[in-house]
Amino acid sequence: MNSRVLLIRIFLITIVLVLIGRLFMIQIVDTKYRAAAQSNILHKIVEYPYRGMIYDRNNRLLTQNEPVYDVMIIPKELTLEDSVEIKELFQITQKEFITKYQKARRYSQILPSLFIDKLSNTEFARIQDRLIKLDGFIVQPRTVRSYDHQSLANVLGYVAQVTPRQLNRDTSNYYRPGDNIGISGIERSYEKDLRGKRGMSYKTVDVRGKITGSFDDGVHDSSSVPGQNLKLTIDLELQQYAEKLMRGKIGSVVALDPKTGEILAFVSSPSYDPNLLSGRKYSENFASIASDSLKPLFARPIQAMYAPGSMFKTVQSLIAMQEKKLRPTEQILCEGNLIGDLASPGIYDVKKAITYSSNNFFYLVFRRVIQQGFESNSYLDSRIGFERWRSYVTDFGLGKRLSVDIPNENRGMIPSLSTYDRIYGQNRWRFSNIYSLSIGQGELLVTPLQMANLGAILANKGFYYTPHLVKSVNNKDLLLEKNTISSIDTSYYQPVIEGMQQVVQMGSGIRGYIPNIAICGKTSTVQNPHGEDHSGFMGFAPKEDPRIAVAAYVENAGWGGRAAASTASLVIEKYVNGEVRRPWLEDYVLKGNFGDARRTKDSD
Amino acid sequence: MRGAQKTQIDWLTVLVYAALVLGGWLSIYAADFDPDANQSIFSFSQSSGRQLIWVISSIVILTVLFLLDFRIFESAAYVIYLALFVLLILVLFFGQEVAGSTSWFQIGSFKLQPSEFAKTGTALALAKFLSDTGRDLSSLRDLILTALVFFIPMGLIVLQGDAGTAMVYSSFVIVLFREGAPSAIIVLGIGAITLFLLTLVLPKTGLIIGIIVLTLVMLGVLARTLRKAATIIFIGLLSIGMVVSVEFVLYDVLKEHQRKRVQLLINPNADPLGVGWNTTQSKIAIGSGGFTGKGFLEGTQTKFDFVPAQTTDFIFCTIGEEQGWLGSSVIIMLFGLLIFRITQLAERQKSSFVRIYGYSVAGIIFFHFAINIAMTIGLFPVIGIPLPFFSYGGSSLWSFTIMLFIFLKLDSHRGELLQRF
Repeated sequence: MNSRVLLIRIFLITIVLVLIGRLFMIQIVDTKYRAAAQSNILHKIVEYPYRGMIYDRNNRLLTQNEPVYDVMIIPKELTLEDSVEIKELFQITQKEFITKYQKARRYSQILPSLFIDKLSNTEFARIQDRLIKLDGFIVQPRTVRSYDHQSLANVLGYVAQVTPRQLNRDTSNYYRPGDNIGISGIERSYEKDLRGKRGMSYKTVDVRGKITGSFDDGVHDSSSVPGQNLKLTIDLELQQYAEKLMRGKIGSVVALDPKTGEILAFVSSPSYDPNLLSGRKYSENFASIASDSLKPLFARPIQAMYAPGSMFKTVQSLIAMQEKKLRPTEQILCEGNLIGDLASPGIYDVKKAITYSSNNFFYLVFRRVIQQGFESNSYLDSRIGFERWRSYVTDFGLGKRLSVDIPNENRGMIPSLSTYDRIYGQNRWRFSNIYSLSIGQGELLVTPLQMANLGAILANKGFYYTPHLVKSVNNKDLLLEKNTISSIDTSYYQPVIEGMQQVVQMGSGIRGYIPNIAICGKTSTVQNPHGEDHSGFMGFAPKEDPRIAVAAYVENAGWGGRAAASTASLVIEKYVNGEVRRPWLEDYVLKGNFGDARRTKDSD
Repeated sequence: MRGAQKTQIDWLTVLVYAALVLGGWLSIYAADFDPDANQSIFSFSQSSGRQLIWVISSIVILTVLFLLDFRIFESAAYVIYLALFVLLILVLFFGQEVAGSTSWFQIGSFKLQPSEFAKTGTALALAKFLSDTGRDLSSLRDLILTALVFFIPMGLIVLQGDAGTAMVYSSFVIVLFREGAPSAIIVLGIGAITLFLLTLVLPKTGLIIGIIVLTLVMLGVLARTLRKAATIIFIGLLSIGMVVSVEFVLYDVLKEHQRKRVQLLINPNADPLGVGWNTTQSKIAIGSGGFTGKGFLEGTQTKFDFVPAQTTDFIFCTIGEEQGWLGSSVIIMLFGLLIFRITQLAERQKSSFVRIYGYSVAGIIFFHFAINIAMTIGLFPVIGIPLPFFSYGGSSLWSFTIMLFIFLKLDSHRGELLQRF
């Protein structure tokens, strides 16, 4: 072998040995580095951000952030001789202590893990002095939600600690175990705005576990950024008033401003006290609230679905006129024998038919829409008419989500060709199978919010703003989204609105009459195969320059003219006049005794 | 292809390569691992997930290399060299500045460092140039021309502000040595470096007195002829001149952070929180590993960003901390084995082109490996070059893969490659 090749190889082997030897020195011989590593241990201390505050439209505070304290344990630094005192201090049993301690050890010897979570201010004050004398514990302050008002639980939603499943699904990789996350309602849909940004500080800790200072003069530290404040569209006073009216009843009240789509009141009854699902109380109370047979977690205004009933006659009128199957002033003789009817036989035009809720009138009109004579075969003809009718209906925001800004909205249900093909078979159904739709029964399902929105559409004569609950984020107003029902000519709304005004003046909604506010509305008695009918009302006021659109559903309360019309009328009065001057009607609604089945004229 | 039956791949080298790449991938995951987040090694939010893409694409690249005709590397050597030369010039004008050096092309989110690939191009060109018949490294003319082949790209890389990568080119000295450059040149070169380092350690006046004394002693012992005496005096004066100029270089040529790094090498405790921070933290991390290490993913020092660039230049800290002395030594020996094996393969070549290329590869990998590990354990200033196959990054892994597998490809055809020129 060439001597230079040999030299190169000797050089290579020498360098390899030098490196290995040097490593031997610093890794095994010299203990200086190991000691340095121990004094180099860093504790990451999380600084939880303040969650953004939520205000109502008049800047009344709805939420609070209450300080609580998490006690973290660092197993390596814990002195096990202290265990008796620890158990006594936290009032836990030997078994609980061992479970918690071993869980922490499995996670990490040197990183802090949760030992006791969310001690309240007073609980923490009690143990604070003794706790600081114990090795291996760190206290991490944070906040949980508390609520001054017991209102609006279904809108606000609740906040809880992030679960392992949510962590896995978190593609943005923001969340860490122990973080809070909004689970439902506004807290969930505006989570990104509300949560703020977690801060982190690094403290160097010596072998004894004592914090020796900020690591690297704090250049790696970041302070937490508080979440953004939200201003809701809700009017707290109106909300609380509506909640009071609905107390002890099952149902919904939704009120919105037709000029903006802002939801003024959103009542789901029965509901729950939002404080019950905050902080430590969450785990204690969640199961009992979730399993309550009256479903207080169910946000009825967007999740409950009912047949629209007679309210739907407003939509039917508009479609028939647009399809030129009904002239705005056309008089139709109704003999009252086609379909069950509480309105007496006679001659009706649109306005009168709405006022008295003539079932026979709408039966005739709907037949004209469905069977237009495009085909001689009535089965095929019905299909064409039905398709045309359906496309109008969906324009009114029915059968689809309105995209309100809280989660879990239901879309309701508008039957389609395939719905009936499934039930009856293709070309085996025609008008005579689906005539219930004419009076808002049959396969139709809507949410109370969709009906309140229908009120807004009628008030605006053909457009609506997407209903929403948040007005502004950090004082920046959110953009409104306008939707126009371009398929219906604006002029057709007039007779319908006049009919609706008379509903309250002389028709089924007369209990809702207020002398100085022109309310336009329509009652519904929603057939309920499981028991007493549901009472429904949809409307807006004042007739000129509408300021509020309302839908109310009271379950099992019988005729729409009673519970729902009265409740909606009180809500309108409260909002438009600022106070209610009809104590007798308030008493009637609060007493809630609508169930007497005497058939009087104020029915529908 | 003619003689395909003679194709023999050196599987030992491939195996060592695979072990190093796998070890690197695991180390990157460990270095990036956050026990709170519990991310998968395949997650693209982790460096390890992205490194996997580089690993897989490297396998594709080496497969393609093996499908090419082996003769192309020799015939296209100058073309490749020229192309990379152009890229090195272009990057000066169109490159992205990252941490003080303009050595990256950025195309979308894809970043490419031509200086990484220029090493391979230079090695090919050098091998081609030196293997031409009639080259004689003992002639000064050929020696200077040969040196120019690698001094030109080296200079361009210095202009990019990447002194670390430029220094890698000094590894070609090993090639010159193997190919018969006069010992005197090599000895003078090494002597100059030693003197440079001594200048940093010892006071200037003491050193000059020492040189004068040494020169006088040499004169007395060796100066049999006038010519030898003149040479000794010349070397002595040159040395004094160098000592004087080093101070000038230190304060006027080197950049501030480079000077600090050089000085730190001499006195590591000079500035423990400033520039020494990296080395101190790196040594603490490695030192705390002990004999067997803290275990995979159990490191504490390489987790909280105590150590900077812990997935790239300081990746060895994670191995040192988590695998201890045993694991670190295994890695070092694997590198030693790889380089040793390459020199063995180079020696068995009939073609001088392949032999010279092989030594270039061995030299470059050796330089990277030795300097990178030496800097993490405080034996060398921090010059920011990656640990081959280990450090996170596509350009680095690709360029080392290409460099090594061109050699393996050439070696697998050694039966057909006769001395033809």
